[in-house]
Amino acid sequence: MNPKFGPGHFYALLSLGLLLVLVGLGSAHYMESHGHIVTGMNNHVVWGLPHVFAIFMIVAASGVLNVASIGSVFGQPVYKPRAPLSGLLCLAMLAGGLMVLMLDLGRPERLIVAATHYNPRSVFAWNVLLYSGMFAIVALYLWTMFERSMNRHSKAAGVAALIWRFVLTTGTGLIFGFLVARQAYASALLAPLFIVLSFAWGLAVFLIVQWAMYAWNQQQLDPAIQRRMARLLGLFVAAAFYLVVVYHLTNLYFARQAAFEAFILRDGGVYPLLLWGGYAAAGTLLPLLLLFHPRLGGPRATLLAAALVVAGALAWLYVFIIGGQAFPLEIFPGHVASSSFGDGAIAHYVPRWPEWLLGLGGIGAAFVLTTIGVRVLDFMPQDDFATLKADAKGAA
Amino acid sequence: MTRDQDSGAKQALSGRRAFLGLAAAGLGGVLIAPGIHLMEVAQAAAPGAAPVGASAKVRWGLLIDTTRCASGCSDCVSACNTENGLATPTRPTDAQWIRKVEIKSIQTGRTQSLPVMCQHCAEPPCVDVCPTGASFKRADGIVLVDRHSCIGCRYCVMACPYQARSFVHEALAEQKPEVPRGKGCVEGCTLCVHRIDGGGQPACVEACAKAGHHAMLFGDLNDADSEIARRVREVASKQLRPDLMLDPGVRYQGLA
Repeated sequence: MNPKFGPGHFYALLSLGLLLVLVGLGSAHYMESHGHIVTGMNNHVVWGLPHVFAIFMIVAASGVLNVASIGSVFGQPVYKPRAPLSGLLCLAMLAGGLMVLMLDLGRPERLIVAATHYNPRSVFAWNVLLYSGMFAIVALYLWTMFERSMNRHSKAAGVAALIWRFVLTTGTGLIFGFLVARQAYASALLAPLFIVLSFAWGLAVFLIVQWAMYAWNQQQLDPAIQRRMARLLGLFVAAAFYLVVVYHLTNLYFARQAAFEAFILRDGGVYPLLLWGGYAAAGTLLPLLLLFHPRLGGPRATLLAAALVVAGALAWLYVFIIGGQAFPLEIFPGHVASSSFGDGAIAHYVPRWPEWLLGLGGIGAAFVLTTIGVRVLDFMPQDDFATLKADAKGAA
Repeated sequence: MTRDQDSGAKQALSGRRAFLGLAAAGLGGVLIAPGIHLMEVAQAAAPGAAPVGASAKVRWGLLIDTTRCASGCSDCVSACNTENGLATPTRPTDAQWIRKVEIKSIQTGRTQSLPVMCQHCAEPPCVDVCPTGASFKRADGIVLVDRHSCIGCRYCVMACPYQARSFVHEALAEQKPEVPRGKGCVEGCTLCVHRIDGGGQPACVEACAKAGHHAMLFGDLNDADSEIARRVREVASKQLRPDLMLDPGVRYQGLA
């Protein structure tokens, strides 16, 4: 461990993370004992803010492993030393996301039922297998990287992890893609869209964590490596934006989807605001400017861009998940409908504090796992270890 | 450590072991007993029912005549609430198994009033998506939720095109013994399966007839001689969202 980042710092960070986890668990307990009545969810918006956090973390977990894939599978030397950190972040974020997802269940204590009663036709059930498999494969992958005698199997494990996470993110996209009932979903495009979004979100998270590790160790990332990773983030952000645009263009072209698009893009209040202001402007265009502008693109601009990509991701997921449910189901095409159960009406949803705290608890869990992992094993990118060792010798 | 101290420590250890053993047995009993009790309750409910399960030869269905359904009348909704122990809904978090929907054609301005409940699809999306198989379709076409294996993920609510499912957001009181419900689980119209299995018909259908509207007809769609099969053969009726090809067991007559 680097002497500049002492045990005091470690325990302080760990305590902060554990506090977040405890608050999240307390919030989940409160939700479980009172029921979802204490959340902002209702019978029209049944998946609320916890799903936004959970799906962000699960999708980003898949994408963060991209760094390892580029190194181990595609043999890029700059990325190879970053593969262990990438694997650790994948496990940590997957665990955090699943924690939120599980604790938001109506009956979280029946989790064992999900393992013992399995409906093979359910995309959700497929995902239970995909998530468990992901843990196993990434753990194996990390082992092949850390255990010298297993190094020769690292590429094979990397290829397995690469394939698995493509399937996993396809599965996450299809949770929505297979929903025939709702206009926001029911699209095969959602599978590739989620994969490309995962690349951008995962790399953004990786860059933030990498920056923090370097800052705490008072190290500077090689500017060439920093520029390279910044350009890659820009490429992923642009590719994801392209698919989001295609998704909306397709909907705009179909007359039957026009009302839904008018709602999401123009009339829906908080949803168009978050989509244009949060995702398009702050989460896409501004990061692209920061990453590609010739006078910008430095470490701080890259960090800011990565943070904005994460904020934009949460904004996009909020619009996608909550906005998709808020728009009423079209049970009677060609008719205006009304009822006591929200037919024909835009559903109202405002997240309440237990949802925020549960989501933050999941992020806390990912933070704790990352902090412990970084402390216990060598996750600092190895190409920079040479400099660190030289520094230590100089100090001695 | 002296021999006395050693033997004292051993006794203490053996005492702790005995205590732990007892505690484990007690805890096991506490955990298992409710399960055994539930099994007894489940078996106790069986005597009156037929020994065989639902028949695949039957397809229970409803035909709703929208020309007879009166705007402003909600007797079917009240009957459902009373029969199944549902409180009168006042908030969007309250469960609604059946609701009256008022519709107005955008092109012609024609208005209609009709009840919407679980459509008991032959290809139910809620059953497909349920991770644990808690959402299931009986052999006779009735779509139900198994209250014991529903984990409350709400994926079925997302998947239902008819908004027919409700999530129980808080603890319930005054439940009906024949209609088990529970906080944290999803539920919906059971077609009054407890009545059907006893040879009766859904409460909503009965209430509609009692009100003199006779807008709802219940029966076996597979039985060519049944009233419902004859009616759907003779008059034009349609299913909601037929484009989705889910083949609902509920059909609507007079729906433009």
